[in-house]
Amino acid sequence: MPPRVRPFCLEESRLRPYVPAFDLSFCCCVRASSSKTRGNGPHGTAGPTSWGERMFSKILIANRGEIACRVIRTARRMGIRTVAVFSDADRDALHVAQADEAVHIGPPPAAQSYLLIDRIVAACKQTGAEAVHPGYGFLSERAAFPRALEAEGIVFIGPNPGAIDAMGDKIESKKFAAAAKVSTVPGNLDVIESIDEAVRISDGIGYPVMMKASAGGGGKGMRIAWNAQEVAEGFARAKSEAASSFGDDRMFIEKFIVNPRHIEIQLLGDKHGNVIYLGERECSIQRRNQKVIEEAPSPLLDEATRKAMGEQSVALAKAVGYDSAGTVEFVAGQDRSFFFLEMNTRLQVEHPVTELVTGIDLVEQMIRVAAGEKLSITQADVTLTGWAVESRVYAEDPYRNFLPSTGRLVRYVPPAEGEEDGVTVRNDTGVVEGAEISMFYDPMIAKLVTHAPTRIEAIDAQAKALDAFLIDGIQPNIPFLTALMQHPRWREGRLSTGFIAEEFPDGFTGLSPDEDTKRVLASAAIAMDLVRRERLDNLDGRLRPSSGKWRENWVVRLDREMVPVRVPEGFAAVPIEIDVAVGEGASPVTVTSDWRPGDPLWRGRIGRDEVVVQVRTATSGVLLSHAGVTLFARVMTPEIARLDALMPVKVPPDLSRFLLCPMPGLVVSIAVAEDQEVKAGEVLAVVEAMKMENVLRAERDGKVAKINAKPGDSLAVDAVILEFA
Amino acid sequence: MKDVLDELDRRREVARLGGGTRRIDAQHGRGKLTARERIEILLDDGSFEEFDMFVEHRCTDFGMENSKVPGDGVVTGWGTVNGRTVFVFSKDFTVFGGSLSETHAQKMVKIQDMALKNRAPIIGLFDAGGARIQEGVAALAGYGEVFLRNVRASGVIPQISLIMGPCAGGDVYSPAMTDFIFMVRDTSYMYVTGPDVVKTVTNETVTHEQLGGASVHTVKSSIADGAFENDVEALLEMRRLIDFLPANNEADAPAFEVYDDPDRIDLSLDRLIPDNPNKPYDMKELILKTVDESDFFEIQATHARNILTGFGRIEGKTVGIVANQPMVLAGVLDSDASRKAARFVRFCDCFGIPIVTFVDVPGFLPGTAQEYGGLIKHGAKLLFAYSEATVPKVTVITRKAYGGAYDVMASKHIGGDLNYAWPTAEIAVMGAKGAAEILYRSDLADPERIAARIKEYETRFANPFVAAERGYIDEVIFPHSTRRRVSRALQMLRNKHVETPWKKHDNIPL
Repeated sequence: MPPRVRPFCLEESRLRPYVPAFDLSFCCCVRASSSKTRGNGPHGTAGPTSWGERMFSKILIANRGEIACRVIRTARRMGIRTVAVFSDADRDALHVAQADEAVHIGPPPAAQSYLLIDRIVAACKQTGAEAVHPGYGFLSERAAFPRALEAEGIVFIGPNPGAIDAMGDKIESKKFAAAAKVSTVPGNLDVIESIDEAVRISDGIGYPVMMKASAGGGGKGMRIAWNAQEVAEGFARAKSEAASSFGDDRMFIEKFIVNPRHIEIQLLGDKHGNVIYLGERECSIQRRNQKVIEEAPSPLLDEATRKAMGEQSVALAKAVGYDSAGTVEFVAGQDRSFFFLEMNTRLQVEHPVTELVTGIDLVEQMIRVAAGEKLSITQADVTLTGWAVESRVYAEDPYRNFLPSTGRLVRYVPPAEGEEDGVTVRNDTGVVEGAEISMFYDPMIAKLVTHAPTRIEAIDAQAKALDAFLIDGIQPNIPFLTALMQHPRWREGRLSTGFIAEEFPDGFTGLSPDEDTKRVLASAAIAMDLVRRERLDNLDGRLRPSSGKWRENWVVRLDREMVPVRVPEGFAAVPIEIDVAVGEGASPVTVTSDWRPGDPLWRGRIGRDEVVVQVRTATSGVLLSHAGVTLFARVMTPEIARLDALMPVKVPPDLSRFLLCPMPGLVVSIAVAEDQEVKAGEVLAVVEAMKMENVLRAERDGKVAKINAKPGDSLAVDAVILEFA
Repeated sequence: MKDVLDELDRRREVARLGGGTRRIDAQHGRGKLTARERIEILLDDGSFEEFDMFVEHRCTDFGMENSKVPGDGVVTGWGTVNGRTVFVFSKDFTVFGGSLSETHAQKMVKIQDMALKNRAPIIGLFDAGGARIQEGVAALAGYGEVFLRNVRASGVIPQISLIMGPCAGGDVYSPAMTDFIFMVRDTSYMYVTGPDVVKTVTNETVTHEQLGGASVHTVKSSIADGAFENDVEALLEMRRLIDFLPANNEADAPAFEVYDDPDRIDLSLDRLIPDNPNKPYDMKELILKTVDESDFFEIQATHARNILTGFGRIEGKTVGIVANQPMVLAGVLDSDASRKAARFVRFCDCFGIPIVTFVDVPGFLPGTAQEYGGLIKHGAKLLFAYSEATVPKVTVITRKAYGGAYDVMASKHIGGDLNYAWPTAEIAVMGAKGAAEILYRSDLADPERIAARIKEYETRFANPFVAAERGYIDEVIFPHSTRRRVSRALQMLRNKHVETPWKKHDNIPL
């Protein structure tokens, strides 16, 4: 039977894919609500269908952060009331503010709050929530959770527990895949108890091998070992990481494929035996097995491979009675060979890229199938339109080897969402300005997604959106993401999961500004300074002549470099329009902007390019950020620039004598004593932040002179832990 | 006629060279600029008019009659900073090490008199060796004349000193009596007696930097109000400071065209106060989000960091900000913090600059070190300064306002004009725990009962409403509307007029 009311307007979505930010702009929703209205939803939109009576009136989201906000957004649009849960650390979190109701479920550690099934069930009963969306992580892939809900008559918005058992567990799912004759990577599918056993099995498979947590995902609890010693060293740690992250320390080991790509198929099933695939996502850009950038479709796949992977995934899902949104992950060779890796029986972090290219709201589909609706989309309805790229914005300092950077978001100004000229910008976030990035949870701040007709346009849109993403208070990984967007190998689509390790072997030290970036920064700097001077020229009580006297020749200092800038003509007020020639002998281009002093973003046009430059205050100048580069800029007359050039360059003090705390965190242990001789590489201290234990090692041989911290101390970034003689 | 004109040109050229190219190169080699180069940066392009360029000393002892340099070691004159008149003297280290002679002092005195008569700020750039020993008492007399004029001008025109090289002996006391002293890191130092004399008298071995560098005076001694990386930065920042200041005690500070909406709401401030009352937060964020364009010129940023002082603008008009800083010593008031804030409040009051106070203070710092160090007297300075100030005073209590420190921090009782409190404010004699433990000493043995007592005290007093019921707080406001409220309050107070009883001057507990 064809659906009487289509849940999502596919025809229109090809023209206008997913419009994320504004709930009411879903074209199909309006149509859906026009036939029948149940009238309980404040937005009265997509709720009722021919099975409308079965649709939930209230759901609980057993998660936090951006994914909780994401689910709430769709639920609201569907006219479903929402219940948030929160720990002490999330009392003021955005997801709590956005939900209709919120229930406190415990102290900050996840194991005492978000991972407690009893608390969630109690919260459902207390609020009368009929169903629970688990988001990703936390309880999303624990079969015990849907079972506990079922016992109380609460619907789990996800697959049935049998499917989770079969597919959610990575070892079980491998067995299933093998039985279903899906090609798999050689490996061991049994639970490994001891280090000895792990080593023996690894020897059998042949190196390199990968140790993985059964319950893991998103790179957590995974470890590559190139020899038996690394297996022996890493196994226990991977196991304990798995225990703390997922509450399940089972591990398995498999062959590690060299130069692989990570490609995954999005599935959607219902309770009536239907399963379809919604194309693929490529998530090869990973740092230490943690996905950083995702895209849909994959630049590797052709239609035939896509179809083969999709159909295989569907067959597998059907074999286990899969009945929700899920993802089958494959490892793919550069020759488009592919091997089943694992199945994630939940909504993936990176689901928005699929939503943008298919125009299908996955959360809505999950809710509908959970309510018992039949899938209203057939495989033939699914088409991939354009290209979508997602960056994960993390609270990780790229200049400090991606150590967590926790604290208050003193300023948080994400790029504007919406669709313009065929380019869509969507930002899935769980924070607002003033929110605290705590050490208790995942350090992801936002998922920035751009969609455009072609891959390069989507990448360029992403780079531009990153330029406009302003965060102060913590150091996010945005400069690194921007660097990736400029990277020729990424732009050409020549990917592998080793991309970051290969292209940034020494970590990320920041981009050196190219001539283009310098031209942009110098142009923005002069334009801002002329606006500033123009205002000073209009101060009351001043004498003539004007101090910011119109002159043609200027010098913009960019860090230590003196760049001659000529401004032959223009109008220096708000909005500014000036001709600017950057560099010796350059010809002028027109620069326009409506920037005013105090605006943190300079948006303007330089020649034909529209650019965004982030502006922060500095002593007698500004710090400008653009295209992943941050430079100090000071605009001077040539005479003053000549004097400024005489100023000595000061060498920062030598801190190599000190062991500094690399991130805010808790001292777990100090491994050395005063007066102890240490060798390079020796462990000095362990500091915990964001659930991760960071081992600090000696960079060279030396003698410990003084220890300034003790276990249990809570240290700020750059606090001196110990001093060498 | 032509010859005479050429002669003027020639004489000027000689004068402008000061101590000669070799000494100028040496000055540059030390990372310092010359007296005239500094003026070029400080003042608007081409606005400097030099006086007394041809003054020479009259000393005839020790062979001085044979070594004369026009200008005599100090460059004086006037010019503009963003179009506003300022007077300047700039010590020329290339001429006799910038040392002060009788004529050198006369040049300074002339410019000081002009500045006072014309009611415009005066800025002194110091880079000099002290008194010219060859001149003896004549130099000392010169110092005295300069000092007297510093005092006469105090509170009438802003006086700013920028230490850009050595500043020793008699030279230090003129800056010491000006409103602000700034230094250049690594190249400037100031002390009364140098390391050699110190070694002789007390047998201490110290370097110039250890004795009187920027690291000492901006952190420990509080002599300097700030330090900058180099000459250029220091001079450009002086321009920025002058933009905040009125020309004299009867003028208004320049009004800036407002680009930042005075009604701007900032929702992130609703999340500024942590749930845990013992957790610090950065008060500077509140300041930056309250003032126009986040433009804040901090005074004494590295000394007594438990209190913040500095200039900002609200609706284009200069305000002085005083704020407890919970990040440092929980924002407690100690001797240093009290003195720092008191001096700043008095500067604002002198020059008609309204004062905005943000309060989160757990009280005065207890202990023998503080009491022996005169906490009573130093604390009284701040109390005195706030009480006598007649400029508009707007106060916002963000969290703690405990004990006597509550009274001191521009409370209603000592003349706060408009006193706001955030809903998170706790205005009480002390924290709930301390109070309960004193009130219910007998319950101390029973943790449960004492916890209940603490809770009881908290419920009763850990809020702004007890004070609001009595009118000690004019209004409890949302944190997000702080800028709008403060801005409206300052509008309302624009014509504030207070009569105080005639007195010669008050007797602040110095």
